[in-house]
Amino acid sequence: MKSVIKQEVLALNGDEAVAYAAKQSDVDIVAAYPITPQTIIVEKFSEYVANGEVETEFVCTESEHSAMTACLAAATTGARAFTATASAGLALMHEMLFVTSGCRAPVVMAVANRALSAPINIHGDHSDTMAERDSGWIQIYAENAQEVYDSVVQAFRIAENPEVLLPVMVCLDGFTLSHTLENVNVLPDTVVEKFVGTRQLPQVLTHEGKTASFKLDPENPMTVGSIALQNYYFEFKRQQEEAMRNALNVIKQVHDEYAQVSDRSYGDALVESYCVDDAEIAIICLGSTAGTVKTVVDKLRAEDVKAGLLRIRTFRPLPVKEIIKALGTVKALAVMDRAISFGGNGGPVYHEVRHVLYSADKHPYVVNYIYGLGGRDTSPEQIRKIYEDLQRILQTQHVKTPIQYVGLRE
Amino acid sequence: MSETQLHPLIAKYARKGAQRQPHCAGCGNGIIAQCMLRAIEELDLDFGKMVFVSGIGCSSWIPSPFFNTDVLHTIHGRPLAFATGVKLSNPDLRVVVFTGDGDGAAIGGNHLIHAARKNIEILAILINNRIYGMTGGQVAPTTPHGMKTRTTPYGNLEYPFDLCKLVEAAGASYVVRWTTFHVKQLVSSMKRGLLKEGFSFIEVMSQCPVQYGRFIGIRDPAKMLLMLRDSSLPISKAKSMSEEELEGRIVVGEFVDRERVGLTKAYKKLLNEVQA
Ligand SMILES: Cc1ncc(C[n+]2csc(CCOP(=O)(O)OP(=O)(O)O)c2C)c(N)n1
Ligand code: SF4
Ligand SMILES: [Mg+2]
Repeated sequence: MKSVIKQEVLALNGDEAVAYAAKQSDVDIVAAYPITPQTIIVEKFSEYVANGEVETEFVCTESEHSAMTACLAAATTGARAFTATASAGLALMHEMLFVTSGCRAPVVMAVANRALSAPINIHGDHSDTMAERDSGWIQIYAENAQEVYDSVVQAFRIAENPEVLLPVMVCLDGFTLSHTLENVNVLPDTVVEKFVGTRQLPQVLTHEGKTASFKLDPENPMTVGSIALQNYYFEFKRQQEEAMRNALNVIKQVHDEYAQVSDRSYGDALVESYCVDDAEIAIICLGSTAGTVKTVVDKLRAEDVKAGLLRIRTFRPLPVKEIIKALGTVKALAVMDRAISFGGNGGPVYHEVRHVLYSADKHPYVVNYIYGLGGRDTSPEQIRKIYEDLQRILQTQHVKTPIQYVGLRE
Repeated sequence: MSETQLHPLIAKYARKGAQRQPHCAGCGNGIIAQCMLRAIEELDLDFGKMVFVSGIGCSSWIPSPFFNTDVLHTIHGRPLAFATGVKLSNPDLRVVVFTGDGDGAAIGGNHLIHAARKNIEILAILINNRIYGMTGGQVAPTTPHGMKTRTTPYGNLEYPFDLCKLVEAAGASYVVRWTTFHVKQLVSSMKRGLLKEGFSFIEVMSQCPVQYGRFIGIRDPAKMLLMLRDSSLPISKAKSMSEEELEGRIVVGEFVDRERVGLTKAYKKLLNEVQA
C-alpha cells in the first residue's frame, strides 16, 4: 500500500524546482558558473547557502570547466556534488564530462537546454546535451517543472548506486521549463533527506591490497584518474558500459520507490507511453514538447484516430527493449528531434530509434521531424500536421520525405 | 531622427540599419563606444582596415553589429584567442578587442595573460563594471570584497584582481586604466594604444546602473559617474600611498608604456631571416 505523504504546493519555475530539489538533497558542494537560462538555479541556491538553509559549500568558479572539475574532485573525496549549466557552458565542460564519468564520480547536473553558437542564441533546443550523449553521463529529459524536481531528487540515488556510480544529467528545456512558473508539489525536507540518504561508497581494493571505501582518504590512500594504456583502458570503458546497463534497472527501482513516497510516476521511468498501446500512428519526442503532443493526441483520440505518443525520458542509457515493446502496434512513427546531426541523415533521436527498431519483429515506417531549433515555437497545429502526414503514409504506403523540418522557412 | 541629423561619428562609422546601442540607458558602454570612434576619427585611421573582436557580455555588444567594418562577435571568454588568429593571419589589420571583466578576466583570464606575454599587436579594451552584467548581476573576479551580488547575497568573500598590474607583469607594451568619467584621457590613451607596437591594454572602469547599481542601491548613472570620478586617484599619487590608503580607490593613468617588439613583427623578422 502506498503511504503517500502530504506535500506542499509551491509556484516554481523549472530552475527553481532544480534548486529546491538540490537544497533538500543534502548536497555537500555546488560549484557553478552563470549562463542563461540556468542562472536562476545558481542564484536560488546561493540564497539558500547564504540564509543558512543548507550547509553546502558554494563556489562561484571562473568557468564551467572549473565548475565541473571542482564537482568531480569533491565527488572523489566522497562528497555529494551538484552543478548546473547550459549550452556553451556544457560544451566547455566537454573534457571534464568524460573525466567525471571515467572516474566514476556520481556528480548530478541540471542542464537548462539551450542552442549552441554560432549564431548566438539563448533559447531552448537539445543541441547541447545531444552533443554529449556519448560522454558517459546518464541523461534524463523532463517534461515539466514537477518532473524536473522529482528527477533531480532521484538523480542522486541513481548516480550514487554502487552498481551504477555514474554522473547524471537532468535536462530541462530552456525557458519553456527553466523560466515558466508551475505548481510544483514538493516533499517535506525530512522525506527527501531520508529518500536520498547518505552517499554509499563501494568497497574497492587499494594498490596495497587493502579493502577501502572508494574515495580519496588519507587513511587509505589511493590514486584516482591514473593511467591505463593498451593494457587496461579498454576494460575501464567496458565497465562504464556495464554500469549504464545496470542503470536501466536502478533508474526504474529508484523511480518506483519514489512513486511510493510521492504518488508520482513517469511511465516506467525510462519511457512514458501515452495512448500508444493500440496506436497505429505515433510520435516519439523528449522533454517539454510531450506536453503539447499529448493535447493533440487527446483531440485525435476524440476523433477516433489511433494516435499515440512515446516520450523517451531516459535517453542514456537508451531503453532499447522498452521502446520496441511500446511501439508494438505502431505502423507509422514520427521521431521528433530538437537537435540536428549535420550530415548525419536526420537527428540523433531518429538515428537511435531507427537503430533500435532494426531488431524489432515489425518495422513501422519511421520519419524524422527536426523542430524548435534556437527556441522556435512548435504549435499544436504543427504537431497535428505530423500526425496527418503519418496517416497519409499509411494510406499511400509510401514515405515521400523521410526527414522534414517543422515551421522552417526554406 | 532622420539620417541627416545624425551625429557625425554615427553617420560615418555606424552600420546602416543596425541597432545603435543595445545597452540600458546610462550604461557606460555607450561612452566607451563613442570614445573609440573619436580616437579613430582623430587619428584618421582607415576604418576598413580595422577588425573588432568581442566576446560575450554587455560590453561585447559595443562594436557588434554597430561598427560598420569587420566585426567578429565570438564566444564567452575567447575574443583574445580569436583576435590572435586574425592578427597572425593578417598582420596588416588593426585589431581591437572589446571584452568584459567576466569575459576577459574570469573565463578568459588565461588568454589575457598570454596575449600580454606574447605581446601580440592587439588593443584590448576591458570594460570593468565589476559584475556580470549580461547574465543578471553575478559575482565577477573584479567584484569588490564584501560586495553583495546575485551569487554572493551575504557579501563577496574573495578579493578582486588588479588587472592592470596583472597585464603589466605578464609583459604588455602599454597598460592604462581610466573610468568612463575620464573621456578625454580615455580617447588619448586609445589613440596611443591604437598606434602602439605590442599588446595594449586599456581597462575602463564603467558604470552598470542596472545590475551593479541595484546592489549598491544607486541606479542613477550620473551619480555613478561622479562616484567613479571621486574614487579615482592618479597613479603618480598612488605610488607613495599605503595599501590601506588605497582601499576602495581606483588608480588611474598609465601603468606602463614601454618599447617591446610585437609578436607578428618578430615573426616576420624571423621568416625573413630563415628564408633569406
Ligand atoms: C561558456 C559560457 N559560459 C557562460 C556564458 C554566459 N555568460 C554570458 S555573458 C556572461 C558574463 C558577462 O560578464 P562580463 O564579461 O563582465 O560582461 P558584462 O555583461 O558585465 O559587460 C556570462 C557568464 C556563456 N555565454 N558562455
Ligand atoms: S546590464 Fe549593466 S552593463 Fe549591461 S547594458 Fe545594462 S547597464 Fe550596461
Ligand atoms: Mg562585467
